[in-house]
Amino acid sequence: MWKWLHPYAKPERAYQLCVTLQPYFLWPGILCLLVGSLWGLAFAPQDYQQGDSFRIIYIHVPSAILSMSTYVAMAVAALVGIVWQWRTAFMAMIAMAPVGAVITFIALFTGAAWGKPMWGTWWVWDARLTSELILLFLYLGVIALYGAFEDKQQAGKAAGVMALVGVVNVPIIHYSVEWWNTLHQGATISKFDKPSIAPEMLWPLLIALLGLALFIAAVTVMRMKNEIIRREYHRPWVKDLAARALGDDHAV
Amino acid sequence: MNTLINGIFKRDMALAFRQRSELAQPLMFLLMVITLFPLGIGPGPVTLQKIGPGVIWIAAILSSLLAMERLFRDDFWDGSLEQYMLSGQSVAAIAAIKVLVHWLVSFLPLVLFSPLLALFLNLTVDMYVALMLTLVLGTPLLSLVGAIAVGLTVGLQRGGVLLALLLIPVFIPLLIFATSAVDSAALQLPYRAQLAIIGAMLMLAMATAPFAIAYALKVSQN
Repeated sequence: MWKWLHPYAKPERAYQLCVTLQPYFLWPGILCLLVGSLWGLAFAPQDYQQGDSFRIIYIHVPSAILSMSTYVAMAVAALVGIVWQWRTAFMAMIAMAPVGAVITFIALFTGAAWGKPMWGTWWVWDARLTSELILLFLYLGVIALYGAFEDKQQAGKAAGVMALVGVVNVPIIHYSVEWWNTLHQGATISKFDKPSIAPEMLWPLLIALLGLALFIAAVTVMRMKNEIIRREYHRPWVKDLAARALGDDHAV
Repeated sequence: MNTLINGIFKRDMALAFRQRSELAQPLMFLLMVITLFPLGIGPGPVTLQKIGPGVIWIAAILSSLLAMERLFRDDFWDGSLEQYMLSGQSVAAIAAIKVLVHWLVSFLPLVLFSPLLALFLNLTVDMYVALMLTLVLGTPLLSLVGAIAVGLTVGLQRGGVLLALLLIPVFIPLLIFATSAVDSAALQLPYRAQLAIIGAMLMLAMATAPFAIAYALKVSQN
């Protein structure tokens, strides 16, 4: 059943997969992001209470949701790497880490910018804000641990263990801070049966969410390509690749 | 297996007690950090009682980060760790016993010290009982989870700050539940729920952490 996945443990095949997937992630991602943001920022109706300032939702909510999903994806990659000893899985994990950290930072920043007009303060020690901040710390921990090792293979395994420890902690942190303090409004779009957001506001939000997800995937794939090349630069297939790329350039 | 575990237990205990100064330093650090708070915030008994549980727990976490570094360091550099791995015995069991010894020599004194700290920060008897219970349940969790990160960073030259960066976010839920238990005790409310959650986290760590530590040590040994 898993047979079709195994070839991708080889860096060369994983690289080919990345090359194949990149355009499918990149262009639809950019398109969805553009459509979602333009629709959301310019054409969606105003909120009756918050006026135009609610429009930051089209950046804030997708990045907040995806900051957590990216962490989970990173932990899944780490688990695959540890269980099946795939080097490429660790490369995928470390390709995702800085992307996730930036998305988490965007969620925090847009949240602060939204909080200023709505709550009258840039920052409150509210449950969701706090767990998002701790998520950023977890990302930074994984990146710092990876950077501390000279041997990148060892670094991948070590950072993978830490990512898994973190993912066990994410729900505990989430519920502990929720219990500890809450000011943030409840979830609006996860209530699928009857969303408490108007459909003409929901659609651009979903499109922006999809766009950001695809964009994260595209950036991850690009970073992973670089990572594979950086680690395997002495291998014949990379040398072939370089020679071919150079040849193409000269031909053009 | 039993002789091995016995041997490691006795050896580690003997080693710890022959380096008494290293044993006492984290405790002195804890005491001094706690002394800083009344000096920095003001000695009002009401204020101290309000911040007391949080201060004691934060100081305990910080001093544990200092003490934790010792856990596998000497064994790593003198090669004993490699011998444990080559011995063919379960590394998880060996790691568990080392963590137990570490808890006995660095956290048990802290628990015994805590009445003095409670006195310094003007805690009531109810609060002190709750603090004691959270320390007894919570500090083994610090040891177990901390040991994973120690295992990962043991081979690095400057692992100290990195260890703190990795562990502080992971310890946040424990801090929240422990201080909220003591706060409930201050208001004469039941705090069994918080203790139960800390206990559940401890059980989870006891079941899984030894294997994670074993893997971490294997990664470090490379």
